[in-house]
Amino acid sequence: MTPPPNGMKTTGTEHFVSKAPFDPYSIEALKPEQERYYLASQWQLMWWKLQRHRLAVISGIVLLVFYIAALFAEVVAPYNLQTRHTDFIYAPPQSVNWVHEGKFVGPFVYGLDYRLNMNNLKREYTEDQQRVHKLRFFCRGDEYQFWGLFTSRVHLVCPDRDGTFYLLGTDRLGRDMLSRIIYGARISLTIGLLGITISFALGIVIGGLAGYYGGWVDNVIQRLIEIIRSFPELPLWMALSAILPVNWSPILVFFGITVILAMLDWTGLARAVRSKLLALREEDYCTAAQLMGARPRRIIGRHLLPGFLSHLIASATLSIPSMILGETALSFLGLGLRPPITSWGVLLNEAQNINVVALYPWLMLPVIPVIVVILAFNFFGDGLRDAADPYK
Amino acid sequence: MLRYVLHRLLMMVPTLLVISLIVFVIIQLPPGDYLESYMAELQSQGESVDPEKIAFLRQHYGLDKPLHEQYFYWLTGMFQGDFGYSFEYDLPVTEVVGDRLVLTVLVSLITIVFTWIVAFPIGIYSATHQYSWGDYGLTFLGFIGLATPNFLLALVMLYLANVYFGTSIGGLMDPEYIGQPWSWDKLMSVLEHLWIPVVVIGTSGTAGMIRRLRANLLDELQKQYVVTGRAKGLPRFKLLTKYPLRMALNFFISDIGSILPSVISGAEVVAVVLSLPTTGPMMLSALQSQDMYLAGSFLMFLASLTVVGVLLSDLALAALDPRIRLQGGVTR
Repeated sequence: MTPPPNGMKTTGTEHFVSKAPFDPYSIEALKPEQERYYLASQWQLMWWKLQRHRLAVISGIVLLVFYIAALFAEVVAPYNLQTRHTDFIYAPPQSVNWVHEGKFVGPFVYGLDYRLNMNNLKREYTEDQQRVHKLRFFCRGDEYQFWGLFTSRVHLVCPDRDGTFYLLGTDRLGRDMLSRIIYGARISLTIGLLGITISFALGIVIGGLAGYYGGWVDNVIQRLIEIIRSFPELPLWMALSAILPVNWSPILVFFGITVILAMLDWTGLARAVRSKLLALREEDYCTAAQLMGARPRRIIGRHLLPGFLSHLIASATLSIPSMILGETALSFLGLGLRPPITSWGVLLNEAQNINVVALYPWLMLPVIPVIVVILAFNFFGDGLRDAADPYK
Repeated sequence: MLRYVLHRLLMMVPTLLVISLIVFVIIQLPPGDYLESYMAELQSQGESVDPEKIAFLRQHYGLDKPLHEQYFYWLTGMFQGDFGYSFEYDLPVTEVVGDRLVLTVLVSLITIVFTWIVAFPIGIYSATHQYSWGDYGLTFLGFIGLATPNFLLALVMLYLANVYFGTSIGGLMDPEYIGQPWSWDKLMSVLEHLWIPVVVIGTSGTAGMIRRLRANLLDELQKQYVVTGRAKGLPRFKLLTKYPLRMALNFFISDIGSILPSVISGAEVVAVVLSLPTTGPMMLSALQSQDMYLAGSFLMFLASLTVVGVLLSDLALAALDPRIRLQGGVTR
């Protein structure tokens, strides 16, 4: 220790030293919520980011409602799929009212009167304002087999005991449209999921091979993808589904159609996988795994795929709509699913005639769930894609 | 440029070959050969079968040969303008098809032009007025167009056109002009009917194009040269049209390649609903009756149409964009 150069002693002002214990990291200390954020896993971050995308959340809820309704179709639908009401053929939609002659009675429908117009042989239905049929909830109606497991009669909503409840009208055999749409959701919604599962698997395997090996494998696969993409989808779908043997059972046809839809759809996913893999395989951790003697399957599946799985899921979600639309178009043309299997496309097949538009426009109503589901999948997929990279 | 064109043309050959192979496999997949089912059908209707004709057809199309030779016959036949024999119509495919192919091309072309005319201004508006109500509204409208099944829209439009404009239902012209030579009135009648399929087929492609044009233009608008231009005091309109729009235009040309398959797909279904005299309805009936040479020719034709369309768009792009022309064939 050397004394100060001028030799003066510090006498007057004492140097201030805080007595409190000193923590050198106090500036960098994290608030609890910050710490939660930094420690969160990738999926946790994605979940938080997705929640901020309001449209995606709403779409997700809509999709959830649709899938739950499809799962419990027997309970949600007021009638059974094949229940026929021969007295009410082509009945128009009945509106639900709440107030009768100034008195509140809860949800009810007026009775329907049927008359055949002898001039033009048109069925005419009129509401009888005197007959009030209150709707019943959690009630006993048509008997059904829930998923073929057990028999039950409980429905979410049913008509009054001697009344009718056709919220969306009836078709040419007097079957309730609402019930048919709900049952149809089962097929239409699963065909998208099932198809995307198949094309997802195909896309990952084929794109993975192309991206990981590169070279001629990549070249061949790239050309193949280009060729498949240059086919107009629908005519090819039509041609392939025309091949399905006529004597196949409906459920086999369903699987056949799904496979056909998936067979042309994997190209987009395969491309995404390939380009991501091409970039990622140059990373150090991949080289390290190679040096340690890991096999390609393990490297792709264990080290590379998790890095962009979220992107893949997002783009898979975005390609479900085209499958649902594809099924609808095929069934509409009569090349896809056939009755007794009921999908939205099969229902729309009945609306093929211009007379339907003019006389029974409610037969076109199955298009509403199609539009809603496709929009919801699009918005939800957009949200997922934004959330897929939470570190941005 | 010439080298690039040659390169692209050469690349097309293997593509078309593979496509023809795929089509051939598809038309071969149903069990049995066509002549057998054809004969069975004739016999079931109580008509007599001319064995000489069957033998001639069998020999002419090499149906008694192994598959790879059949493929070879079919392929070489196509080069000579012989697309096979339609068993349903009992005529060579070329005579059955007639001018349906021309009409398909016509409808597709007009649809693409329509898509451009609609998507271009809307895309620019959406990009320059990002997050405005107009942007949201137009985007939403585009989404609705994307989500509505074409065929149902066609049906409703057909009905509305009939009720409000008195357009006759179905077909591409009023019934009295069918089979008549082309005249001014016939042309007007065709135009009167054409707008429905064009609008209907256009809706789905338009939505996608608006989204992509908007995204592209937004990318360009954020670049530094735009900021520089604005700082120098360039008028807004001039700044937009002079550079960023030109950059986005390139993509506009190349986008034909991606909308063409969907336009043709849409055209097929819509044509069935509207019973247009294009390939759609005939292909559907050919597929349903397993008249596979006819169906196969249609499939081959539609795929070639797409390939040629993509080629044309690539060439146009190369003519517009020196970067592609000079790098020799590296597109997208």
